Formats: sequence, structure tokens, C-alpha cells
Amino acid sequence: MAFRNYILVCGGTACESSRADQIYQNLLEECKAQGVADEVQVVKTGCFGFCEQGPIVKILPEDSFYVKVKPEDAKELISEHIIKGREVTRLLYDKESSRKHAKVEDIKFYQKQFRIVLRNCGFIDPENIDEYIAREGYQALEKALFEMTSEDIIEELKTAGLRGRGGAGFPTWMKWNFSRQVANDTKYVVCNADEGDPGAYMDRSTLEGDPHSVLEAMTICGKTIGAHRGFIYIRAEYPLAIHRLEIAMKQAREYGLLGENILGSGFDFDIEIRLGAGAFVCGEETALLQSIEGKRGMPQPRPPFPAVKGLWGKPTVINNVETWANIPVIITKGGNWFNKIGTSDSKGTKVFALTGKIRNSGLVEVPMGTTLREIIYDIGGGIAHDKKFKAVQTGGPSGGVITDESLDTPIDFGSLIRIGSMMGSGGMIVMDEDDCIVDVAKFYLNFSVDESCGKCAPCRIGGRSLCNILEKITVGNGTLKDLDTLEAIGEAMKKGSLCALGQTTPNPVLSSIKHFKDEYLAHIVDKSCPSGTCKKLITYSINAEKCIGCTACARKCPVAAISGERKQVHIIDQSICIKCGVCMETCKFGAVEIH
Amino acid sequence: MAKMTLEELRKLRDQKQGEMQKRDIEGKDSRIVIGMGTCGIAAGAKPVLDAFLAALEEKHIDNVSVTQTGCMGLCYVEPTIEVIVPGMPDVIYGKVDAATARKIVEQHIIGKQLVTDHMFDRPAADIIKKDGGK
Ligand SMILES: Cc1cc2nc3c(=O)[nH]c(=O)nc-3n(C[C@H](O)[C@H](O)[C@H](O)COP(=O)(O)O)c2cc1C
Ligand code: SF4
Ligand code: SF4
Ligand code: FES
Repeated sequence: MAFRNYILVCGGTACESSRADQIYQNLLEECKAQGVADEVQVVKTGCFGFCEQGPIVKILPEDSFYVKVKPEDAKELISEHIIKGREVTRLLYDKESSRKHAKVEDIKFYQKQFRIVLRNCGFIDPENIDEYIAREGYQALEKALFEMTSEDIIEELKTAGLRGRGGAGFPTWMKWNFSRQVANDTKYVVCNADEGDPGAYMDRSTLEGDPHSVLEAMTICGKTIGAHRGFIYIRAEYPLAIHRLEIAMKQAREYGLLGENILGSGFDFDIEIRLGAGAFVCGEETALLQSIEGKRGMPQPRPPFPAVKGLWGKPTVINNVETWANIPVIITKGGNWFNKIGTSDSKGTKVFALTGKIRNSGLVEVPMGTTLREIIYDIGGGIAHDKKFKAVQTGGPSGGVITDESLDTPIDFGSLIRIGSMMGSGGMIVMDEDDCIVDVAKFYLNFSVDESCGKCAPCRIGGRSLCNILEKITVGNGTLKDLDTLEAIGEAMKKGSLCALGQTTPNPVLSSIKHFKDEYLAHIVDKSCPSGTCKKLITYSINAEKCIGCTACARKCPVAAISGERKQVHIIDQSICIKCGVCMETCKFGAVEIH
Repeated sequence: MAKMTLEELRKLRDQKQGEMQKRDIEGKDSRIVIGMGTCGIAAGAKPVLDAFLAALEEKHIDNVSVTQTGCMGLCYVEPTIEVIVPGMPDVIYGKVDAATARKIVEQHIIGKQLVTDHMFDRPAADIIKKDGGK
């Protein structure tokens, strides 16, 4: 049976929430109704990474990329594209272009990307194990079980140069080797799918779009270190990812790829899912293991490292979802293949979740060594609404801001640290001229302080003090001495906190002071917020020369702070104004100004 | 499906791989484009499309994608198809039926020889002399 068309419908979380499932159902219905059900295969895939433009429907082999599709468009897609062979232009991403086709390969968003981790996302049906198998799936497991020794596998990872994608960038082979060398009957393999970094969702998308890649990799690790049980620790807020994992595990067990005597090799390995409640600190590996044991998720002193003494005191390899997803490809294609991609410091690719004031937000996978400029301008399409770029935050609440002078740095683990930030899990939030740097620092700081487990004083008390000082600055009560205090507390927290949460909490504040001291000074000395974000520091007023007395603002003001006769200049009563900004949005003549 | 052995897994992969490769457009350098406008469909483009798919599958050819387009403007010789193979001129064939489809696969795609008796446009006659039937 040969299909003449394949319709790929995105089944990622973002598209699902905008009714992708209904689109999928309607397409199936329409195929039947229009008599092409036997010739067209409709597949629900994982995330295409282009969520901003979702729901996405891609039709092959024409490679037509349809965006913002609605369930009612199904009929036309079938009757026009499938039956008559005419693309439905109004739904194409690239409508304006003179080219007839909006091919995926022509879309800039995809041009500089290189997909290893997301190789199957947006292509296969994640709920059908056969499709994974058809794309070299479980071939790495075959090799690991029947052709390679544990030493061979570790050697391959070492050649590859894979470093952990969960944040710290620890060499994966070393971790595996530690666990392998400890003599113990019981060992464990853990997948860290906690993903608590605000703005990050690459792990969720990987699990939703290609769950078998993680199951296969964990089984390979089990064979390498001599473990028979694995756990996937995933936050309960990821119901679709959990659902797809459960289906994948069931299918793998039925096929004998998980469970007892895998593929007749005599090796047993099985995996269980453990749900996390969504506490950020539970993503820290020692806290995570505590949580799996049923205890409160609090970080523990290291050493001993989990690789030696982890879950229930047994040697435990814990890796991040993205780290796992790389492993089958490394085993299949070889460490040498992987080693050629990336920089001398960091090999392979990294998936980033590009969000904020960017034209094309989405998931992007690029070779290590790609510059931030390429990611933001070539892939991301630049700053939305033609505003001016201000900074980009990588590393989430543990990282720092990067300004335009560093945009041409090829990014890898080492270079990001050198420019004052870090890789983290791959969140990348772009800020424009309308963002207030003090406000952004306050946002991250509040996040970390809320998520602190409270065990150590520097993190618990220091974080709270930093928050209070920033609050003081944003309401106009800051003093110059506060800047020194912020730095002093920050340094103390870096030194005195047990885990990386406390150690990195001050980073966004310290790095923003370093790069945007003028903006802090404006808040403290001039009592003004240059971007007009900090409400206490701004006043709205009406420019008498521009106001024509149309009364539009006065009618919209929720607290009746604006007075003035028709055709007369209007005035804002500052004692009543709540600074909501409605008048400014309403005025068509640009008469309302912000200071 | 019951638990598999290594051999069974490999067999399943081989079998499914072909199916997935058809979906994948990467590495497909050749293309057969079928005119599926109203005139084309009326003239029998549909069975032609099926014939191409069947012939490609039968001959285990996986570097050719079969796509469709609207009317090519040669309605008098429908069904029309265009064949694009690297290193050969792009050719539009007309009055194609299932048997011609098979011939095009065997002679043009595999044999790299033009099927001259069905050519109605592109390449012009002089190119045929130079390149065709070499
Ligand atoms: C506060 C905190 C939160 C973390 N959250 C995560 C997380 O959500 N996912 C993750 O994979 N690693 C997280 N990590 C890193 C883990 O401790 C650990 O380094 C990682 O799981 C190791 O896997 P890798 O070697 O594959 O990177 C976090 C670390 C800290 C300190
Ligand atoms: S540094 Fe903070 S989060 Fe980490 S263990 Fe100490 S109190 Fe808990
Ligand atoms: S900012 Fe809001 S409250 Fe103040 S004058 Fe304008 S509309 Fe009224
Ligand atoms: S969820 Fe559909 S493109 Fe990301």
C-alpha cells in the first residue's frame, strides 16, 4: 500500500490547546467523505517547534507548511490540496513570497537548525512505536545489547564528548563510568524531566514528540552500568507527555524492548514514572532522588555523588531528557560523527526555547557554536514590532543577561560562562527597549526565592533581602548604598548556599547591575524608570499642544482621573490616577505622555 | 504483537523503513509532478498517479517523490505529468495512461532515456536531438 500524501498534524501541547486534535479528526473525516482515505495518511506528530504559528499542518511530499490552521479548514485542505493539487495559499506560512511553495527548507526559522534531539519531533507519530523503529529506532539498543561491551559504550560516549544538557554540562561518559565501576547488585537509572525553568519546554516537547528515544537511551544505560530499574521523574503539569510516555512504555513492553529478557538477550530492564509536584528545587538531582524516595525534596550535600550513592543509597545515573535523547544517535552513528558537530568545548547541538520579544518564538535546535545573533535574527526573525534589542537572558533564573556586544559570541557551555551567563537548560528570553532591567531581575529573583527549599540561611534570608531591596528601588526609595548591599549579599549567597539554586539566585541581579548600571542609577537617583515599567516611578500627563479635547481618554479612564471640556485641553489628576495606561492607548493623537 | 527477537525487530524495521522513507522528502532528488486540475482528473489523472506509485514501489525506487499540482495548461493532451531528474532536462509528458506511467518509470527514471512519443512541451525539439535518446 502506498500513500500519495502524508498530512502531519502537530500534536504538541501548544497546538493541542488550539484545537489541533479537532483538526486531526476533521481531516480524517474529510478524507473519508471525499474518498481519499486509502491514499492519504494523516499522522499526529510531536511539536514542530514553531508553536507561535500553530496549529501547524504539513503536507508531504509537496512540503507545504500550513500555519494557524482551524478545524473548519480541513475540508478545503482535502478538496483543494489533496484532490486538486492546489495549495491553499491563504494558510501557507510564506503567503507573500512569489514562490508557489512555502517549503519547510525555505523557511528561515528552520534553515540554520540541525536536528539530533528533535530528529523525530514533527515527523513521526509518537504513539506508534513502528514509526520510531522505522527511523533507526532501537537500533542503538541492538548494538548495545549484542555487539558492544559496557566499556565500548562508555568509550563511544567519551569520543562523542557529550555533556549533560540539564544545566551543569557534566561529561556523560564520566557519570556512567562512575556508576559502572561501583560494585553493587542494585543500581538505578533516572531521567530528570522536571523542567522547572520558566520559559523552557524542550524536555516536554521531546517527550511528547519522541518518547521512545528516552526509553531506548535509559535501557542502554541500564545495560552499561548494570541496572535493571529506571525512573522518569516528570512534573504532573505535563499530562500529554506523561500520556505519551505511558503509551510508549506499553508498546515497548509488548514488543519485548522493555521488561524481562529484552530481545532475547537475557537482560532485564523496566521503567516507572514518578510524578513531581512542580517544585523547581526538585529538579536538582539530589532533591529529586529524595522526592522519588518519598521524602521531602531537599538538596543533599555532594559528595557522595548520585553516580556512586544515589537512590536508596545505590549507584544512580541521572540525566536530563535532552541528554538521553542524544544517546541512541551517538551509539548508532558513532561518537566520531557526533564529535564533529559543535565546538572544541561542547559537542553536538542544543535545543533552546526562544521566547520573549522575538518575532518567531519556538523551539530551535542548533549546533553548539552558533552565535546568539544567528539565533535571534536569522532563526527568530529579530525583535517583534521592530523594537530595539536590549538583552537576552539565558540560563533562566540562574543565568544572566547578555547584551548586544556579545551577540557574536559562538555559544557553548564555556563561552556563555565567560560572558557572564550560563547555558542552563536552554531557556532564552529576549528583551526589547520596553523591558525594565530592574523589573526583569526582580521577576527572576522572586521566582528563585519562592522556590528555595529554605534549608540554608544564605539562600533563604539572602534571597528575601535581595527581593526587598529591588522592590525598594522600583518604588523609588532606593539609595546608592543599596547597590553595594545587593552585591555583598549576592556574593555571600554564592559562597554559602548548599545547592546551585541558592548559589545562582543572585546571578540575574548581579549581571544586570554589571551591564545596566545606568538604568539602576536612573531608578535610584532620578527616581525614574526609563522604559516606563515601574508604575510608582512614572506619571502620565497630557501634552496641551497635542490634545484636541476629543474626550476619548476621559471616557475610558477607569477611575475618572481625567477632566476637561469638549474641544478643550484635558488634564490628569495625579492624586487619582492609578497609572493603568489606558488613556495612552486610547489617545489617537499621541497627546498622553509618560515620564 | 508478541515479544520480538532480534531478527524480528530487524525485519520489522526493514519493512517499515520503506514506508517511512516515502514520507521523508529528504534525499529525494527526483520528482514526478502530476497535473491534477479538473481537466486532468476528468482525463484520468487519478489512475495515472496510482500507477506511478505502484511502479515506484515495485521497482524499489525511493529517491523519487510524486507530487501533484493544478492544471499545467496543456489541457488538450491531459493527463499531463512533469518529470524532474537531476542531470536530465525537465520534461512534460502528455496523454499519459497507466501503461505510459510504467514506461516512464522504467525508461526515464531508471533508464535515463526520454520517452519521446509522449513529449509535448519542454525540452524544445532541438534539445531532444542533443540530449534525448543518448
Ligand atoms: C535548582 C536546580 C534545578 C534543576 N532543575 C533541573 C531540571 O529541571 N531538569 C534537569 O534535567 N536538570 C535540572 N537541574 C540539574 C540537575 O541537578 C542535574 O545536574 C541534571 O539532572 C544532570 O543531568 P545531565 O548530566 O544530563 O545534565 C537542576 C539543578 C538545580 C540546582
Ligand atoms: S541553597 Fe537554597 S534551595 Fe539549595 S538547599 Fe539551600 S536553601 Fe535549599
Ligand atoms: S493612566 Fe489610567 S488611571 Fe491614569 S489617567 Fe490614564 S486612564 Fe486614568
Ligand atoms: S506544539 Fe505545535 S508547533 Fe509546537
